[in-house]
Amino acid sequence: MNTSRPVISPNTPAIPNGSGAAAILSAGIGSFALAVLALAGDKSASAKNLLVFYKPTGPLSGVTTAAILIWLFTWGILEWRWRNRTVAVGRTNAIALILLGLSLLLTFPPVVDLF
Amino acid sequence: MEITVRGLWTLIHGIGFGALYLLACSGALVELYFFTHAPQPSETEPNRERFLKVYLIAMVVLAWFAVLTGAYVIYPWYRAIPPTGSIDLSLFPQRLLMSRSTTINWHSFGMEWKEYAAWFAPISITMVAFVFIRYGRDLRNHRQLRSAVLCFTLVSFLAAGVAGLFGALINKQAPVQGGHTIQLSGGEEK
Repeated sequence: MNTSRPVISPNTPAIPNGSGAAAILSAGIGSFALAVLALAGDKSASAKNLLVFYKPTGPLSGVTTAAILIWLFTWGILEWRWRNRTVAVGRTNAIALILLGLSLLLTFPPVVDLF
Repeated sequence: MEITVRGLWTLIHGIGFGALYLLACSGALVELYFFTHAPQPSETEPNRERFLKVYLIAMVVLAWFAVLTGAYVIYPWYRAIPPTGSIDLSLFPQRLLMSRSTTINWHSFGMEWKEYAAWFAPISITMVAFVFIRYGRDLRNHRQLRSAVLCFTLVSFLAAGVAGLFGALINKQAPVQGGHTIQLSGGEEK
């Protein structure tokens, strides 16, 4: 009877990278959504009014709530699709970090004033 | 010695959650780096991994409490609109800052940057905690995931730093105050 088990090298990933890639990419998308919504709320009066979910906090409430919903929704979808898969994580990481960099830029007031 | 309710909430938000999160960030960066870069597993590794998971969960809680108390407890007091004709703006920090050319940028630059940038901290650290809990020591075998996790932790630290720095400076210029006064200790006559 063959009782041998497959030998896993210490350097071989035991878990596919899809789940991690999904979390990283969705964090980038969520951050970017927050920055775009903040810019919209700052530049457009109708968007600003639309984003007031809780009056005492003003548009900040809508910007952050909507961005969090977009983040969690994207995360859920990507996790469901990629959970057991190995994906091109170099590309998803690059997209996530570019989106994160753009988010930091788009929330920096001197950059916001350029629009 | 006394403190107002609004002053106490500002302390809880800034020192209790924000500053503690900033302190924790530096520890997380170092620990994540060394844990995921160690070439050989050690005997203490399972304990270290468990500790780091709990540590990151605590950071997630701190980060979310910091932004939620900031946005829904303190910010409404900060941006409150004074009744028409008010001369004393000390209970309306945003209007107080905007009333003088020497302080207006504390609002138009400092607060407008801080109020959104701060939210990158909880989003990033939640992702970092999830990835670490899911992969644990296997993160050593995922070089690219590991790099992204460290980048997002660093951005989380920077975002919290911007929020903390401007929060402290703005509160120095126009403190959030008012509400009931809480007596902390009785005064003594000298």
